[in-house]
Amino acid sequence: MNDLTQLIGLAPVKARIAQVTALLAVDSARRDLGLAGTPPGLHMSFTGNPGTGKTTVALEMAGILHRLGYSRKGHLVSVTRDDLVGQYIGHTAPKTREVLKRAMGGVLFIDEAYYLYRPENERDYGQEAIEILLQVMENQREDLVVILAGYKDRMDRFFESNPGLSSRIAHHIDFPDYSGEELSRIADLMLDRMGYTFDEGARVAFGRYIERRATQPHFANARSVRNALDRARLRHASRVFPKLAGADRDLLVTLRAEDILASRVFDDDSAGGPDA
Amino acid sequence: MRITQGAFSFLPDLTDEQIRAQVDYCLDKGWAVSLEHTDDIHPRNTYWEMFGQPMFDLKDAAGAMAELAACRATFPARYIRVNAFDASRGWEAVRLSFIVNRPKDEPGLRLRRTEAEGRVQRYSIEPYATTMPEGRRYQ
Repeated sequence: MNDLTQLIGLAPVKARIAQVTALLAVDSARRDLGLAGTPPGLHMSFTGNPGTGKTTVALEMAGILHRLGYSRKGHLVSVTRDDLVGQYIGHTAPKTREVLKRAMGGVLFIDEAYYLYRPENERDYGQEAIEILLQVMENQREDLVVILAGYKDRMDRFFESNPGLSSRIAHHIDFPDYSGEELSRIADLMLDRMGYTFDEGARVAFGRYIERRATQPHFANARSVRNALDRARLRHASRVFPKLAGADRDLLVTLRAEDILASRVFDDDSAGGPDA
Repeated sequence: MRITQGAFSFLPDLTDEQIRAQVDYCLDKGWAVSLEHTDDIHPRNTYWEMFGQPMFDLKDAAGAMAELAACRATFPARYIRVNAFDASRGWEAVRLSFIVNRPKDEPGLRLRRTEAEGRVQRYSIEPYATTMPEGRRYQ
């Protein structure tokens, strides 16, 4: 796994997390000297568009909290509404408790947390899950750190309608979108891990691909980059397959411009379907 | 008479801190912890009532301790034990089991002697408490 500093971009996020880390380190040093003080609140909210690294940073955060002694086991339990909210009366509380039990000693990561609250349906069981969550966030602070994540605007509305939740979250961290240049570097890193490289043409083509893809709907930052690379690998494989006998290393690892340019993103008449 | 069943039963009652440490040990070994309770303490009564489901996927003892607190609140005057089940192939059995809660007053077990054919003595034991109906045995 990466260290946080190895993540590309995300400068404001890294700055915030460095602040939090410093605070925690100072706090535990103070406690070692017996200086009184309430332990700092650790619950966080990560807001940002899809694919901006919220889950990755949450994983890192779990590791950091573990190393600083604020989380006994340092594992991350990632859940969504479906894991917390039941389907009928009396189903929600045991389900939520079950998840909370599993997350004890680590970090509970609730993705798309705003789905827990459905204002249009006053009988929605999500409210029950929120109440149990609040109770545990308040009473078992040393056992569990909760990170809520989701789109910025919807999380803001979610917190507005649940002020109790918002006030128990000490750190609101906003994840910015990646710039084109950062996405290219992310692509290089991903390719490196997959064991492929771009040739010059492909690099230029991929830069153009990102530019065009970013203007289309359902653009998901790093996740779109990963998907694009996966599809480029598919095209590369079908290009190489007929010549597989006697293929050299170069042929097997190099993605060329044509592998990128065949994407539907470059069709001008395309309506820009999701991750074409 | 103090009931001695499972591990640690000849020691003084474990404190919550000690229970937590034992549970942590079990979880580190990858065993699934579960809680059971009973008010029939006969040694042949192997299967006690389950309290909730076995806690698979648990990483930290805090979850089990919360469950234990709930169980004690529900059944303060019953025997409660922690079981640690090892699901790995070849074992598939309870590896550790110990009592974590017992009634204040433990009347113990009665020894019954029965005269059988030809002055043969048959022995059996019976918890005094089980003369009362279930649920009213320990107050």
